[in-house]
Parts: sequence; structure tokens; C-alpha cells
Amino acid sequence: MMSYVIRRILYALPLLLAVNVLTFVLFFVVNSPDDMARMQLGQKRVTEQAIQNWKHQHGYDLPLLWNAEQTGGKQLSETIFYQKSINLFLFDFGLSDSGRNIGSDIRQRMWPSLALALPSLIVGLSVNITLALLVVLFRNTYVELGSSVLLVMLMSVSSLFYIIGGQFLIGKLLKLVPISGYDDGWAAIKFLILPVIISVVAGIGSGVRWYRSLFLEEVERDYVRTARAKGLSETQVLFKHVLKNAMIPILTGVVVVLPLLFMGSLIMESFFSIPGLGSYTIDAINRQDFSIVRAMVFLGSVLYIAGLLLTDISYTLVDPRVRLS
Amino acid sequence: MIVLWTDGLIYLLVLASAGLVCYLSRQQHMRRPLKKIAANPVAMASLTLLLCFALIGLADSIHFQAGDSRGNEAVSLLDVACDTMRKHGEKTYSAPFAAHGYAKESIPAPDGSTRWDYPRLQYGGAHLADPETEWVGDVFDKTFSGFSRGAGLMLMVLLLAWGDQHERRRALWRTSSSKAVWATLFLVVSGCYTLFSLSAYYHVLGTDKVGEDVFYQALKSIRTGLVIGSLTTLVMLPLAIVFGIMAGFFKGWVDDLIQFIYTTLNSIPSVLLIAASILMVQVYMANHPENFNSLLVRADMRLLFLCLILGVTSWTGLCRLLRAETLKLREMEYVLAAQALGVKPAMILFRHILPNVMHIVLIAVVLDFSSLVLAEAVLSYINIGVDPTTHSWGNMINSARLEMAREPVVWWSLAAAFAFMFALVLAANLFADSVRDAFDPRRANV
Repeated sequence: MMSYVIRRILYALPLLLAVNVLTFVLFFVVNSPDDMARMQLGQKRVTEQAIQNWKHQHGYDLPLLWNAEQTGGKQLSETIFYQKSINLFLFDFGLSDSGRNIGSDIRQRMWPSLALALPSLIVGLSVNITLALLVVLFRNTYVELGSSVLLVMLMSVSSLFYIIGGQFLIGKLLKLVPISGYDDGWAAIKFLILPVIISVVAGIGSGVRWYRSLFLEEVERDYVRTARAKGLSETQVLFKHVLKNAMIPILTGVVVVLPLLFMGSLIMESFFSIPGLGSYTIDAINRQDFSIVRAMVFLGSVLYIAGLLLTDISYTLVDPRVRLS
Repeated sequence: MIVLWTDGLIYLLVLASAGLVCYLSRQQHMRRPLKKIAANPVAMASLTLLLCFALIGLADSIHFQAGDSRGNEAVSLLDVACDTMRKHGEKTYSAPFAAHGYAKESIPAPDGSTRWDYPRLQYGGAHLADPETEWVGDVFDKTFSGFSRGAGLMLMVLLLAWGDQHERRRALWRTSSSKAVWATLFLVVSGCYTLFSLSAYYHVLGTDKVGEDVFYQALKSIRTGLVIGSLTTLVMLPLAIVFGIMAGFFKGWVDDLIQFIYTTLNSIPSVLLIAASILMVQVYMANHPENFNSLLVRADMRLLFLCLILGVTSWTGLCRLLRAETLKLREMEYVLAAQALGVKPAMILFRHILPNVMHIVLIAVVLDFSSLVLAEAVLSYINIGVDPTTHSWGNMINSARLEMAREPVVWWSLAAAFAFMFALVLAANLFADSVRDAFDPRRANV
């Protein structure tokens, strides 16, 4: 087990390196350091000297990937790529191009993201599973037909309409909660209710359908027939036996996304102006702040790989038949 | 005739899908699922609706030089059909079927004085002398006459088809799916006829901020949605198929390498990848203005590139499925037999593996379509989608977001985008469901 985990972590290193090279190339293939300097300093009337100073200050005055002037190992190390990447692997994100400390920004903005994403996940999961079990309970009746039509319709509505509609209905017409914004501490709750509700509702269509197909597969199994033969009621069979056995795919599906919750949701955060990591990333994209975008990409891929690893481990925990090798 | 890049690819796609349908219908083992789809009334009705959308999209993909303009402005067949809507621009917002403007302004009276009132629209309801009294009757009249003419047209076609005495075709007539198809066609054709005839006199879905007809915008957006949904799969398929079956078939280092590539791509948040690539295209276009001389070409290149990059980010899921399936297939007796007979690996892949994973590919393509159409709206919202000058539902929603805060609420842009998108995505989802049910071998016995 331990050796498997270590092997997986070692395997992650080349992946992260590849991710880094890819984002680096994507950004610098058209966007030269000179362009970045001009962008940051303001487009017009920038002297050559100012650009040079900015590049030197932020460490962009080196060659991109290969320094031909140096010798030996320095040919690789005296480059923008090396200088900017090596610290990422130590989770030291350095300063953004506009001079802020990215690491502390991330630590600070992580919590609002989490405060939105975690309740959305938990509420969404319980709502989806309950509804799916109910649909399965009423299978082969008109209830199922009606609900599956309704689910397809819910699924066919763009998430943007849920957000705009929810903001308009609950925030503007009924004036139950503020439309957008954020506050520190417990005061944040009233800002979080609406986004959580909306993200749960937006996910019902596809979520319930997915869990329904999981349960329907499980219902055909032999142990379910045994349970029915014992004389258990259909409700007991579903909520005790089927749910427990379906937990394996459900759990592994959830574990994958757990680490990514830290990254927040781009759309929800920017719509509800919650100062989380999602809106941070969008702002960075719009300002073309390369350092932040790279830090976020790196963080995202680390968390994704961690999610994959956690999934494998959770498999062995919930299903003893699985052996890692 | 001007052929834009996406236009050309769309024609290619139409040819390819026509070829695919021909090929599939001649394959013995594909007939059963195809018949199953044909027997499903919901599937056939949604397919009809999808084809109507596709027809509008295709009409919008035939561009030629505008006859009356001196510049290099290109118009499409759809633009010609909607000429009245396109030319009937107002000054600013106006509600659906309105004869008066959205905001009050000072109107000069003939005697030199001015009064503060809602101005009459330039085109919407301009034929009415006194809108207050005539309006209701006129709208009702025009709607009814438009609908009855459209319905009459359809009834005539129906009668002609009904009069067909051929016994086999008459048997086809009695199936429930053909009734569903005719019902859908009837609704779509008469509905379109009504809306088109009405839009000569009114703005059926109102006008937007710069006074452009919203119905026209929504119609133009159909092409963008279809292009994103279909061209992306054109990019995605070769990558997914080639890499997927190669990884599964050859195993060893090929498998390792391909898995490495798709894990890398997967671990980058796709929004960031798309953002970075779109940024790159923008910078490239800014640095090479000589290659993109007209607005249309620019927007078109951006649309094409968006499809490209969406394809690059979305092939991994299908690739993984194909790899797993190929790993199973390569142990089958018929593959072993082919190997024992000395068939070359490339030939085995092409003749024995590929046809047997085709159902997965087909299911993935129809399932992806609707999610891609939805994704376009979200991407346009964060400004990394299609060009702001391109008509798309995402852009319509994006601008409508701010209009919801106005008083009175400007709801019609949003409603139009919602209705069109919902119809397209719902039809695609329903069709995808039935395709999956028909082609998935695990559900075959049901």
C-alpha cells in the first residue's frame, strides 16, 4: 500500500512537469515578456528602460527555455522557465506580476471558495441520492415517466439561466437574500444560501439521472431478490441494502472532486462576487497575470492528481476485494 | 460565393454524416438499433426538430457577397430570407409586438412644441394608425392569418402524402413515430411561417439595446451552437479513436505514453486551457491584422479555434472508454484468429477493432453535443467564448444579464435565448437517450 502511494506520487512528478511546460509554452508562444511588461505598465508611452527594469524586477530578463550563454547545468537553470517553475514544486508561488504575494492570496481566498463548494456538494449529493432512490422506488409507474421527462428538461437548461433566474426571483422579486456579495465569518451565510440552492437545483437533472442508473443496475442483483424474499418492504430494501452497496461508485465519484473543491467554481463565484479562488483565476485571466494563472494551473493539477490517488485508496477501503499493485 | 473556414468544414461534416448513415444502414448488425430508434416516436420527433435546426444552420452557412453593399460584407442565405428583420432596426430596446419604444423621450409635435412620451417605433407596428385601439385586433389577425397559411401549406403536403396509395408506405404511415414526425413538422413549419409573416410588421421577440431584432439574433445563433456542437466532435474523434484503440491494442510503452498525455491534459483545468488558447489567438490576430481583413473572417477564425481547443480538451473521456473497450476486445477469439493468420496490426485495428467500438463513438458523439452547446454559453459569459460580434446564445445571455436589472425589466432577449437553446438541447438530449438505449449492448434486450 505504502509503496503504491509513493510510486504514484513519483509518477505525478513528470505529469506536473509536463503541465508546467504546456502552460508555459501556451503563454509565451505569442506573449513575449516585453508584451507582458507593456501590459502591466500601461500600453502607451512606456520607455524601453522601464520595460527592462520591470523585466529585471520580475525575473523575465532571461531566455525562455534554453540559455545558450551559460555553460553546464546553468544552461537550463538560468532561464525564465526554470526560475519560475522550481519554486512552484515547493509550493512557493512568489509574487504576482502586479506585486502581490500569491501564496497568501490563495490561503486567504481558499476559505470563501470552500464555504461555497462544500455545502453545495453535500446538499447536492443528499438531494440527488434521495430523489434518485424515490424515482427507483416508483419505477414502472407514471411517476417515473413524469420524473424522467422532468429530469431531461431540467438537464437541458443552461446553468446560466438557473443563476440569472434564481437571482431575479429570490434576490430581486422576493428580496429574501442579497443578490451577491460576501462577508467575513458567520455573516457570510446569508450570501451563500442563494448560490448553494442554485448550484443544487442546476445539478439535479444530470445528478439524479446518474444515480438512478446506478441504483437501477443494483436493483437487478441477487442480494436484492434475497432481501425481498425475506419479506422486507421495498423501502427497506432500497434505503438499506441497495444504498449501501451503491455507496462504492458514489463514494469514489465524490472523492475525485474533493480536492478540487478548494479551487472553487469559476461561474458561481464571479456571478455572486464571492472572493474565492475561482473569481481570482478569472480576474487573472482577464488581467493576463501570468504568474497567478500558472500558480492556479499548477495547484489545480496537483489537486486533480491527489484526487485520483485518493480515489484509488478509497476503493481499497470501501471494497476489500480491490488490491492495489 | 464566399466559403468561410467553418462553412467548408460544415459541408464536409454533412457529407461525412450522410456517408456514415449510408454505411450504417447497409451493415446488418447496425440495422436492429437503427430500427429501434426509428420505432421510437420521441426519438423521431426530436430528430425532426434537430434536422429543422440543422437546416436553418446550413442556410446560414452559405455565404455570398451582398449585392447592394460596396464593402466586402458577406451575407448568408438566412440573411436574405430574414431581410426585413435585418433591415428593420430600431433605435434601442422595444418589447415584443410593441408599437411604442421602451423609454420615454421628447417628441417634437408639428406645432413646434415637444412632449414627453413613448415614441412610435420606426418599423414595429408602423402600419397602425392608432395603436391603442387597433393593436390587439391587428396582432390577432396577423397571427391567425399567418398560422392558417402555414398550417394550410402543411395540410396540403399531408394530404398529398396521405393520398399515396403505395401499400408499404401506407403501412409506414400508421406507425406512431411517423405520426410524431408529422406532428413536429406541422408545428415547426406553421410556427415558423407565423413568426416570419408577423415579423414583417412587428418585432416578434422585441429588439435589443442597439435596436436589432431579437428573433433574428436567435435564428443566427443557431449556426454558432450547431458549429460548436458538431465541429468539436470532428476535432475530437480522430484524436480519441486513434489514441484510444492504439493504447488499448498495443499496451506497453504506447499505452503509457498515451495515458501520460491524457492525464496531463485532464489535470489542467479546462477553462484555463481554453482561456490561455483564446488569449493566444487574440494576440496572434492583433499581431497579424493583414490575414484577418474582415470582421466576419476574424469572428469565424475565433469560432473555429474555439472548436479546436474544445476538441483538444474533451477527447480524453472518449479515449479512456475506447482504450478500456479495446483492452477487452483484443483478447477476443476473432482478434486472436486474425493475429494467428498473420494479419498486420494496422489491418486488425481497422477491420476488427474499429467497427466493434463504433457504437461507443456514436453514443459519445450524441451525448457530447448538448453539453457542448451549453458550454458555449458559459464560455461566452467569461469572455473566452466566441467573438463578441458573433451572434450566439451565450452573447445574448451575457448582455441580457445586465438588462435584468433595468426597470422595467428587459426580459425578451433572455427568454428568446432560453427558448431556442432549450429546444435544441432538449431535442439533442432526448435523441441521445434513445441512441444510447438502442446502441448500448447492455440495454439491447430491453
